Amino acid sequence: MSEKWTTNLFNPTRRELLAGAAALSATAMLSPAALAQQFPTAKVNTTGLAVTDSEVTVGILHSVTGTMAISETGSVEAEKLAIDQINQQGGVLGRKIKFIQEDGASDWPTFAEKAKKLLVNDKCAAVMGCWTSASRKAVLPVFEQYNGMLYYPTFYEGLEQSKNVIYTGQEATQQILAGLNWVQQEKGAKTFYLLGSDYIWPRTSNKIARKHIENVLKMKVLGEEYFPLGNTQFNSVINKMKLAKPDVIYAIIVGGSNVAFYKQLKAAGIDLTKQTLMTISVTEDEIDGIGGENIVGAYACMKYFQSLDNPNNKAFVPAFKKMWGEKTVIGDVTQAAYLGPNLWKLTVEKAGSFDIDKIAAASPGVEFLGAPEGYVRIHENHHLWSKTRVGRARADGQYDVVYETKDLMEPNPFPKGYQ
Amino acid sequence: MSAARTDHRWLELIGIALVAALILVFLPLVLDIFRLNLVGKYLTYAFVAVGLVLCWGHTGILSLGQGLFFGLGGYCMAAFLKLEASSVANTKIQSTPGIPDFMDWNQITQLPYIWVPFESLTFTLIAVVAVPAIAAFVIGAALLKRRVGGVYFAIITQAVALVLSILIVGQQGYTGGINGITDLRTLLGWDIRPDSAKYILYFVCCFMLLGTMFVARFVLASKLGRILVATRDKEDRVRFSGYDVANYKTFVFCLASAMAAIGGAMFTLQVGFMSPSFVGIVPSIEMVIFCAVGGRQSIVGAVAGTLLVNWGKTMFSEDFPQLWLFAMGGLFIAVVIAFPRGLAGIMTDQIIPRLGSWRGPGRSQPSPAPAE
Amino acid sequence: MFGDYSIGDLGSILVMQGFSGLILFSVYLLMALGLAIIFGQMGVINMAHGEFMILGAYMTYFCSHLFQSYLPGLYPGYFFVAMVVAFIVSGTAGLLVEWALIRHLYARPLDTLLATWGLSLIMQQAFRSGFGAREVGVELPTWMMGSLQVTSTIEVQINGLFVMALTLLITATVALLLYRSRWGLQVRAVMANRAMSGAAGIDTRRVDRLTFGLGCGIAGIAGSAFTMIGSTGPTAGQLYIVDTFLVVVFGGAQSLLGTIASAFTISQSQSTLEFFLTGSMAKVITLLIVIGVLMLRPQGLFVLKVRR
Repeated sequence: MSEKWTTNLFNPTRRELLAGAAALSATAMLSPAALAQQFPTAKVNTTGLAVTDSEVTVGILHSVTGTMAISETGSVEAEKLAIDQINQQGGVLGRKIKFIQEDGASDWPTFAEKAKKLLVNDKCAAVMGCWTSASRKAVLPVFEQYNGMLYYPTFYEGLEQSKNVIYTGQEATQQILAGLNWVQQEKGAKTFYLLGSDYIWPRTSNKIARKHIENVLKMKVLGEEYFPLGNTQFNSVINKMKLAKPDVIYAIIVGGSNVAFYKQLKAAGIDLTKQTLMTISVTEDEIDGIGGENIVGAYACMKYFQSLDNPNNKAFVPAFKKMWGEKTVIGDVTQAAYLGPNLWKLTVEKAGSFDIDKIAAASPGVEFLGAPEGYVRIHENHHLWSKTRVGRARADGQYDVVYETKDLMEPNPFPKGYQ
Repeated sequence: MSAARTDHRWLELIGIALVAALILVFLPLVLDIFRLNLVGKYLTYAFVAVGLVLCWGHTGILSLGQGLFFGLGGYCMAAFLKLEASSVANTKIQSTPGIPDFMDWNQITQLPYIWVPFESLTFTLIAVVAVPAIAAFVIGAALLKRRVGGVYFAIITQAVALVLSILIVGQQGYTGGINGITDLRTLLGWDIRPDSAKYILYFVCCFMLLGTMFVARFVLASKLGRILVATRDKEDRVRFSGYDVANYKTFVFCLASAMAAIGGAMFTLQVGFMSPSFVGIVPSIEMVIFCAVGGRQSIVGAVAGTLLVNWGKTMFSEDFPQLWLFAMGGLFIAVVIAFPRGLAGIMTDQIIPRLGSWRGPGRSQPSPAPAE
Repeated sequence: MFGDYSIGDLGSILVMQGFSGLILFSVYLLMALGLAIIFGQMGVINMAHGEFMILGAYMTYFCSHLFQSYLPGLYPGYFFVAMVVAFIVSGTAGLLVEWALIRHLYARPLDTLLATWGLSLIMQQAFRSGFGAREVGVELPTWMMGSLQVTSTIEVQINGLFVMALTLLITATVALLLYRSRWGLQVRAVMANRAMSGAAGIDTRRVDRLTFGLGCGIAGIAGSAFTMIGSTGPTAGQLYIVDTFLVVVFGGAQSLLGTIASAFTISQSQSTLEFFLTGSMAKVITLLIVIGVLMLRPQGLFVLKVRR
């Protein structure tokens, strides 16, 4: 299928999905009812999930209230967009997707409770949800006990793998290694200063980063520091860094502390266009709060940036803005959340069934050609093959993509030698 | 004993009987296991609320850090269950089998000394009660002996809860960090995850709660209880009468903390994990509001208040999550301004006298209003 | 750690670290002033103090947009206007809250704690519904960003200087008000003996209302100043609240000097420890020191009489 087309603003998404579902293009021409007849409920749903001849129910489980609402709003929006688009194309196996949304309220036990409700009471065929590792860890036993399928969108520390979860965000090695290689080559970096918020993701990521810097790149780590979640004063460590003068500041600060950190960095006179700073925790969503002018020049390692120049993304961004407002920004996790319903649909079509065991078995190898990041494929370990990109922050809050790995990075949630 | 006081004791017994009937008979018949498990979770918060009735309602010590003790009890139980779930057979894919998964990810190769005693259930059960009680004793003795009360005490308990939650999150190798301790499976070989186990754990929790309520009632009805109430209202006079007020206050604070800890342990068993999100400031204050809504001076009220507020939370957050926070904030304010003695207060001040007037004049009088 | 640096460098380290400590001191003092006035005067702990600060911050955000859209020429000076607006809005909100809520609860400080916590929940949700769940970025005029080069190795942040100057100004104003104005005299009288002051003809209710309003207004200014160094979101107020309480309680509630001394001690301890240890441990140790001192001397550093 030719890459050249003019973006049809009235129906960009149909073209995008047709391009992606080349193998199923014949099936997609059938009407939903006919499709549902080809896949009778008795055959595609043998475990009592909420599937009828015309509808299938999925769950959306994110925080709408509480401190995490700031981050999870984007994921909810992306999932709803994906579901809406899929429904407009005729749904999954001829059935329209109906979703039940529950609020995790930034409280992990609530996530576990709602997860159980979605699986046991509502019998959802799939759940798009969670954001923090803590919420995922809280719901994982529920999904494994009641045999559900979770599509989890956030980039995280790895060290996990489950039959009942598809991890649509990058795990730590995918985000970190290529970025470090790039900064060492491009900037000739020799010394690093590692910073992070004090909990598992930054600590594990910095551990991987440190091993890579010291053992593979053979460079030096000048300092490694952690701050409690919610910390707002960074002047001491900024002074320390001013004196140590590292070539690269590697910052994994999270949440509200991010805003304080970058504002204080700028106020201290550290110009990120001159001092190299690399982060894996700042997406376009966070820049909204930080203020583009405070972070211009910083590099971020993600797999997706809103400014990516490919036909899928050129259709995705306007569709997202049309649904959720012109001013919305789309970060890496939001895009990964968008992948969830789409990957689920493709997996169901490949398996020819909604049964969780069949989907779990059919997942490895499922490709999504319509991904806004370009292309992804599910690995046997239920993570995604995807490219790593490095972006440079602009004053307007968007990123310029300065580097992209040539090949897809293989997900490796249990990296030997990095632990 | 005055007529009012006898009435009061009868009312309380009736109240406890009603609560027992509700949680032991009515709810299990009416609700499915999912909702019943939720009720079991709420009942674990009720342990904290009952403790608060003792130390806040009747002694005037407001602790905004009960989450600390809830968490300590919960973590002790979680440690035992996690060690059991991390047998060598279950963890053979780890680099170091036989230790909990979060320790493995943090490259810990040997079980830390502080974890080793939790391999024994007896030690764990004792620790669930003893560790928080000792912590409460340390905090309480230091503050209460110096006559720190009221607002200062409340804020310091908040600060202690904050310190503990920061430490737990930071020391993820030892505590599981911000994820908490998850994926708990069996208690001495008995699987706690299937529905049948949930039923049994629910009833165990109910019985333990009823037991705790009786203990609280016993304390309050005894001479100790009268001293506590006297302390709340006029501490100096109690002191002048020769009683060592600090000792009594510390005792009741330790008792309240032990109750909270038992609640924490039951929580871990029923929900299957424990995390630092219970140790912090926000959950501690929420536990206080359960007690306040129900009636901070009424044991029965505290339990009823806990069930009601939590039920409202689940119902609201399913349909109107945004509205729920407005409602909860409004509830805090309403309870404090409009009905400071909580639902139990409404019961005893408004409803019972009206019922009593059927029995003839002069039989019932409202109890005196609280000074705090 | 010190081996790699020359004497000159070490000197610069000390100066810059001292400056950071001073900035932290100003931040704590600014946060705590509003609450100290309220707590000292009325014994009321306002758990919604953080939310009043964030209200000031949101007002600053609002002003920033207003100026950008309608008065771009005056944009560099908008911050001063924003601070005044923040003071007025937070102060008025404080007056309203006092009238509607607090005045019913004077005899019951613990209940005020709970009621104001409920208020903070309502305010948080109101921010979320009004401004969105996401954080908002407040743009600063260019002259406020960056730092001054004092010597070749020493740099001082401009907004740090600004915060320090602001804190100095406000503290001086409050001190002046408290000790030189008629209102201040009334406040001190009521603090010393409420019943006698009432008997002497002072309208204690009015004094309380104005004090609460003033305390909240100062919180609003603090929040406005913090948009330079921190985030503005519905739950951002919670980040500041425990530190603020500890500063107030540590200092001894009824003394302005106590609040100043307490803010100084806590901030210096935190910033020094942070330099030698990591951020988390510094926070934990500072908290433990404060708790330890409070256990030994529960009335705080400076106090007029023992408080219960």
